[in-house]
Amino acid sequence: MHDENTAVLIKNVKKAFGKNVVLDGINLEVKKGEVVVICGRSGSGKSTLLRCIDQLETIDSGQIHAVGHLMGFKEINGKIVPLKDSIIAKQQRDIGMVFQNFNLFPHVSVLQNIMMAPIKILKRDKAEVEAEAFALLKRVGLPDKKNAYPRQLSGGQQQRIAIARALAMKPKLMLFDEPTSALDPEMISEVLDVMVDLSKAGMTMIVVTHEMGFARAAADRVILMHDAQIVEDAKPKDFFDSPESEHTRLFLSKILQH
Amino acid sequence: MSWSWPYFFDYMTNGLMLRGVWATIWLSIISMIIGLGLGIIAALMKMYGNKILRVLAEFYIWLFRGTPILIQLVIIYTGLPQLGIRFSVIESCILGLALNEGAYLAEIIRSGIMSVDKGQEDASRAVGMNWRERMWLVILPQATRTIIPPLGNQFNGMLKTTSLCSVISMQELMRSAQMIAQIEFRVLEAYCIAAIWYLLLVSIWGLIQTRIEAHYEKPFGALEATPVKEK
Repeated sequence: MHDENTAVLIKNVKKAFGKNVVLDGINLEVKKGEVVVICGRSGSGKSTLLRCIDQLETIDSGQIHAVGHLMGFKEINGKIVPLKDSIIAKQQRDIGMVFQNFNLFPHVSVLQNIMMAPIKILKRDKAEVEAEAFALLKRVGLPDKKNAYPRQLSGGQQQRIAIARALAMKPKLMLFDEPTSALDPEMISEVLDVMVDLSKAGMTMIVVTHEMGFARAAADRVILMHDAQIVEDAKPKDFFDSPESEHTRLFLSKILQH
Repeated sequence: MSWSWPYFFDYMTNGLMLRGVWATIWLSIISMIIGLGLGIIAALMKMYGNKILRVLAEFYIWLFRGTPILIQLVIIYTGLPQLGIRFSVIESCILGLALNEGAYLAEIIRSGIMSVDKGQEDASRAVGMNWRERMWLVILPQATRTIIPPLGNQFNGMLKTTSLCSVISMQELMRSAQMIAQIEFRVLEAYCIAAIWYLLLVSIWGLIQTRIEAHYEKPFGALEATPVKEK
């Protein structure tokens, strides 16, 4: 890693799905403890970028350094060699990801959702993990739901459980892929509140969202992606009040209409 | 000769016939279990293997779904000895039935795995599970739900398919009926009894299958109390 304080370093990353170029030379640096919000139209590449960081997609070229790992690859004698699935899985443990559709494990209870990874993957002591899991449930405001099953919970509750599940592995970086886009409006704030708390606790976060309120309140930087590229990267105040890019001005005019 | 009720009822409890029924039962169960193992392996090879494993699996599935099971049984029992490979009658039956079943089950299992929401793959990867952990902890438990009904139907078919083993002289129900029919030439009565026994076996399995399916149809966590209205 280039700098002790750098959590994520993305160098000239390119990705295409067939002929469709989704990431066209992305360069991005995120420092530890920073909260970066990424916004943009659908298809601009923002979700793909997040998925590439967490190795849910492979990149075509470039490098992604995250939380101390060269994601997806290893350097041997100056050559970059792709890693196999089980090693990539180890890298993925240091990153937590929260998805638009929550993706909780439906076949186990809430508590088991949170405990599954630390117990089965890290082989940690069950009682210890259970205590930590319960503490996480309290932190996201749902201690009474520990024996419930995901299908019995509302969207906002499920997403908060999903955040707790991601935090159970003690990640050094949290990625949020449109965490509130699938929620009814009344439930958005309960999830954003948890995210704001997380940011105040010092977690490095990259959040793809359209919730500009969150960006203003918690983001250190706001980024706009357009046509597979980053076109704006500024502090919230500058982003909203005096953006440099025409794309940003257009985007803001459309999104702040209501 | 017309119908004879005395012979009919006599054949129903005939020792040879009953031994045939028992053979049909255990032959079906063993072949199904082995077939299930083969099917799981073939499905995983086809979905997650490298080029070689994938081609092998596809070839196996194509070969055994594309040829009649009767030919498979006959080749195994009477054809392979020409190459010096000899299997006993029982071995040939189990081998043929299991290999055939495995090919069909592979496709059923594959579609079951594909029916699991793609987000589950994302979530289990994101939390740091490797392939084996993802399959075992997250994907397969959910795929089971989709696989159970067709699996039950396959066993229904297996109970009847065992009748083909009579051709290579396996002493199962069909063969028993054949042999009994040749004693007094009460052909109709003998085969009707055999048919009734198949019907009985399949019906009993149907009852068991319904109960198993009912258990697996319940949504996850159905035993937990449904939530009271939120404040």
